Amino acid sequence: MKPGNIIRLIVFVTLILFLAKPELFSGFFSLFTKNNQPAIYNQGSLLDITLNHLGIVLAATAASTIIAVGLAIIVTRPFGAEFLPLSRSLANIGQTFPPVAVLALAVPMLGFGTAPTLVALFLYGLLPIFENTLTGLTNLPPAVTDAAKGVGMTGWQRLIKVELPLALPVILAGIRLSVVISLATATIGSTVAARTLGEVIIAGLLSSNTAFVLQGGLIVGVLAVLIYDALSALERYLMARTGQLGRAAA
Amino acid sequence: MSIADTAHATTRPAWLALDKLGVLIALIAAAGAILPFALFRANRIVVGKPKSLLEALPSFPSGLLIGILLVGVVIALLRFPVTAKLAAGFAVLAALMIFIGQSASYLTPEGDTFARVSPGAGFWLLLFAFALLVTDALTRLRFKPLIRIAILVAVIAAIALLLWSGSWNSLSILKEYATRAPAFWAEGRTHLALAFGSVAIATVIGIPVGILCYRVKPLRAGVLNVLNIVQTIPSIALFGLLIAPLAWVAANIPGARDIGISGIGAAPALVALFAYSLLPIVSNTVVGLQSVSPAAIDAAKGMGMTGRQRLFAVELPLAFPVILTGIRIVLVQNIGLATIAALIGGGGFGVFVFQGIGQTAMDLVLLGAVPTVALAFAAAVVLDALVELTSRGSRRP
Repeated sequence: MKPGNIIRLIVFVTLILFLAKPELFSGFFSLFTKNNQPAIYNQGSLLDITLNHLGIVLAATAASTIIAVGLAIIVTRPFGAEFLPLSRSLANIGQTFPPVAVLALAVPMLGFGTAPTLVALFLYGLLPIFENTLTGLTNLPPAVTDAAKGVGMTGWQRLIKVELPLALPVILAGIRLSVVISLATATIGSTVAARTLGEVIIAGLLSSNTAFVLQGGLIVGVLAVLIYDALSALERYLMARTGQLGRAAA
Repeated sequence: MSIADTAHATTRPAWLALDKLGVLIALIAAAGAILPFALFRANRIVVGKPKSLLEALPSFPSGLLIGILLVGVVIALLRFPVTAKLAAGFAVLAALMIFIGQSASYLTPEGDTFARVSPGAGFWLLLFAFALLVTDALTRLRFKPLIRIAILVAVIAAIALLLWSGSWNSLSILKEYATRAPAFWAEGRTHLALAFGSVAIATVIGIPVGILCYRVKPLRAGVLNVLNIVQTIPSIALFGLLIAPLAWVAANIPGARDIGISGIGAAPALVALFAYSLLPIVSNTVVGLQSVSPAAIDAAKGMGMTGRQRLFAVELPLAFPVILTGIRIVLVQNIGLATIAALIGGGGFGVFVFQGIGQTAMDLVLLGAVPTVALAFAAAVVLDALVELTSRGSRRP
């Protein structure tokens, strides 16, 4: 096993252990408390909150993947080509909206809780996946697409059998970016009462208990790094399988 | 194209054909026309009464606005020249902006200081539909960078004129502003100081670190990995985690408190924003330097330039557009992220957003959110234009 993987395994096991039995770590976290404050978050199970956090991120990312890949396919087909320049500009403009504003403005329509967070994460997740799918679908090696046309494949067959499989690693890179952004952004959802790890951090900020802020932040950070690495490994595997390792080093 | 098609095309003018985007815009505008144009509330937190386009304005202005909207939709639907669509889009947006102010003064009872009128879902959808038309036209026309900045300045001037003329004064967002004008400008200054200050510090430190990473290969992977991990820490946690160390610095290092360092407030926010800004600037500096063509470096070596001369006269100028792209990314990102600073007492427009969430007063949320989005958008337009201007100068083949 490579040293990097050993470190990842240790980090992963520590995370699981911490979520299952947080008391074991109270000695460490009590270093960051003062005046006998609780060292471990005590207003709910960290495991439940973490699973809820992951669930929200997963649901939002799944929705943004379906919509973003669908839109990118439409604007790269002949009948949707008119929308290509506009969709690029919109993706750019969308990034100028701060997540807090999107969350706050979704509240009057959707109420407090998980729903506005899901909407905000969905909107933020769209952009990287859409951009990457566009890049993947428009930068295919011409030799391959010509060959697919040459053997008489229809547009639909080319899309399913040639273009999407070849673009898959780049699309996956977009999904990876989107997941990492969403994992961090979901914490802001707790400002509108969504049950995410932000709850732990905000509880820490309100009672100036650094231990809470630290454990909330650490869980999110570790999750993000582990998921990022796992998806990167999957991309490398897919690249190798489609014989593209040398083509796109980025 | 077959002969039949050509013959068909000559029998009618080119503009008499449906535009696909126009159909989409027409559908959104139709939905916008049906949904309430404005919301009337007896005070700032009760549920609003919806007012349709016909109810929100007296009969003549209401008919005029509907007429303008119809003309706009027709121009969007048919294949008119792009410049005509751009002009129509701007005209409809201007009309919407003027009439929402009219609607607010019309709906507010005389002398009633508690009543609030805010734009309804219909207004926002109409605004979105014609903003799509304008965005598409601007994208297709591919204006030169300076013209894009000129259009931005013109739009800002138009909005400033509307604000100055007082025609929006009856809108609830401006009523929220009126009761806290000094706070608005103070938080605005803090917001700008946080966003621009953190990017400025990150630029001053990030570019040399990037150059170092480019020159010393073993350093590169390590530095970039650490900066990558910093990016994964959620912003509210990073802001919170910096409170304790900065409080310690303020308490134990003489002079630190005098220059404004303290545990809560702007200092941890500035440090957190700075930490988030480093990765894009450092990695773009490395990528920019890597992409300088070997021929240019060889030529510089051939002329007898020293390493330092090559760096400042050849490599950095050639890499500049890529570095500037990194600065653009972090500036837009930090203008948005600076809203979070309010959670730890750092100030900025986020103060109004969080107060608004706390009081379920959406107009107050808008008072914080609208300037933030406008600032981020303006920064994106200006820096995109600068990136294009600089890359045209240095990348000429």
